[in-house]
Amino acid sequence: MIVDLIDYLRDRLPTVIRCCYAVLAALVIIDIFVDKAHAHTWIEHYPGFWSLFGFVACVVIIILSKWFGHQGIMTREDYYDD
Amino acid sequence: MMIDTWIHPSLILICGALLLPFFKGMARRTFLILVPVLTFINIYMFSPEGMWGAVQFLDWQLIFGRIDRLSQVFAYIMSLMCIIGTLYGLHVEDDLQHIAAWLYVAGSLGVIYAGDFIVLFLFWEVMAFSSVFLVWFRKRKESIPAGFRYLLVHTAGGLILLAGILLRFKATGGDISFVHLDVVNPSLYTYLIMAGFMLNAAVPPLHSWLPDAYGEATVTGAVFMCAFTTKTAIYALARGLAGMDILVPFGVVMALYGVVYAVLENDCRRLLAWHIISQVGYMVAGVGIGTELAINGACAHAFAHILYKGLLFMGCGSVLHMTGKSKFTELGGLYKKMPLTFIFTLIGGLSISAFPLFSGFVSKSMIVVAGFESHIYWAGFLLTLASAGTFLHTGLKVPYFIWFGKNNCDKETWDKAADPPWNMQAAMIIASFLCIFIGSYTPYLYKMLPYPVEYHPYTAYHLSESMQILLFTALGFFLLIKKLAPEPTISIDLDWFYRFGGRGFAWLAKRPIQFIDACVGEIYRVIGLGPLMTVSNFWSWFDWHGIDGVVDGVARSVRSLGGVVRRAQSGQMQFNIFWAATIAACLLITYVFS
Repeated sequence: MIVDLIDYLRDRLPTVIRCCYAVLAALVIIDIFVDKAHAHTWIEHYPGFWSLFGFVACVVIIILSKWFGHQGIMTREDYYDD
Repeated sequence: MMIDTWIHPSLILICGALLLPFFKGMARRTFLILVPVLTFINIYMFSPEGMWGAVQFLDWQLIFGRIDRLSQVFAYIMSLMCIIGTLYGLHVEDDLQHIAAWLYVAGSLGVIYAGDFIVLFLFWEVMAFSSVFLVWFRKRKESIPAGFRYLLVHTAGGLILLAGILLRFKATGGDISFVHLDVVNPSLYTYLIMAGFMLNAAVPPLHSWLPDAYGEATVTGAVFMCAFTTKTAIYALARGLAGMDILVPFGVVMALYGVVYAVLENDCRRLLAWHIISQVGYMVAGVGIGTELAINGACAHAFAHILYKGLLFMGCGSVLHMTGKSKFTELGGLYKKMPLTFIFTLIGGLSISAFPLFSGFVSKSMIVVAGFESHIYWAGFLLTLASAGTFLHTGLKVPYFIWFGKNNCDKETWDKAADPPWNMQAAMIIASFLCIFIGSYTPYLYKMLPYPVEYHPYTAYHLSESMQILLFTALGFFLLIKKLAPEPTISIDLDWFYRFGGRGFAWLAKRPIQFIDACVGEIYRVIGLGPLMTVSNFWSWFDWHGIDGVVDGVARSVRSLGGVVRRAQSGQMQFNIFWAATIAACLLITYVFS
């Protein structure tokens, strides 16, 4: 059943992707109307701030980590073998 | 209910461990489930708050059972995880693995209930010396050195802790009680005790043992290890060092450090191990913030973390158990073969990522909010950044590159892949249920926390904030997926220093020192040995025939006894430790009961 569902979605990948983009857009739009009384800092009052934060965080983490790893931190698997 | 005796839950586990070898077949399986369940019932129903198990030892009053809200919440989750972990490992035929795991849990519960530093230290060492077997029992070529590294690092940490305890004993004029230390005016012993705790919590730079050992442990051993050592250390920090400012930066660095190394990791269980460091970072920061909300958050997150991390290790462990592989570069596309394992692992991934309705959502946010409310904004933002990284790896990378992505399986791996035996699935079902239950019904967890909870996670703002961060992280993941493709590498970390430091020492011992030793030996042989041998031969003859003949042949008896002892012990370090630990446990039981 699970496999069938996954296959069903995979067969319609372009539609699934379009739906995902719609959800992302909806999140930002909804954020305009959300009560910001619980926000801790001024910057959080901008609508969609956390969207930008999440996306930038993800990109920064991937690029900086991979850059760091390729400075010699990532090495061959038998590095510690004699 | 009025009860006037209290049985230490560790005792149940230790006795169970000693009796286990006498059971066979169906009775053995029943016994395996019964012992952890009894331990759990004992903690949940028969452990009233107060001081129990006071024992007079030399000049000290030792407290084996300090029961209050803080120790209860940790003991509750530890014993619950022991049930789940044992169920997951029910198929394991080797009794020694179960014995090691139970002694390890007994150590953890002993630390949690310890009312003074001597009892704490005793159980602290029990944990290290029993858990190392969970690495050794993997029985790969790499397991032996990995276990020794784990043991050596923890022995060093134990010595640091002991130094702190002794200095405090001296400075306070004989105080051994394990209470909240003075964190406003810390002295050297405070820092030493903190360092001892921090090593077990895997705070950088004292963290390299964790991915090293957990990645190498047995499938079931890793499920136990991921729960107990670090979270017991969090308990100890929350008890002794709540509000220690320096723990906030340590915790934040920890949360980010784990995320960075997780990007580089190719082995799925090692990746999960890096995310233990990251998640425990939140708890360490929470302890450092030290407000009631933050301590509640640290406890709640430890509670939730034990379950979802156990679930993740069970999911990836199932893949390893069935296919024999744990590297992303040797897996992929398995959703057709292991769909249920995929669902369970996904639930673990959504929980650790703090998706609404999953456990991380109601626990992690308490710590972040506590940071913001204490006006430590940089910590709040950086911890939120790390949570994006958590979803990126555990929620997306692990499921994607094992169950989807490029199929890197060879034919053998593909043929062997299937959902695991019923007991492993049952354990994952229980853990999955609890992850969702905690996230959906907050009073269950919140009522157990040490302080009253006024925090409400399900506000419109928090929901909107979380969903934006998570889903836009997912967007970034799929846009940059090519950059994240796994690479068959390992990452150099701070264990480099002791791995190569050890090698340097071995070289030093082999070459220069051995050379000097050889020279001295040669000189000694030429100049000193001949005459000395003649003299000593005479005295030996005199001793054997003259004196021993007179004194009832003591020397002959000792020699024959020596022969017996020599045959009895194999000379393998593991067996020596095992017997020493067993004898120590027996002595302890006798002592407590008598």
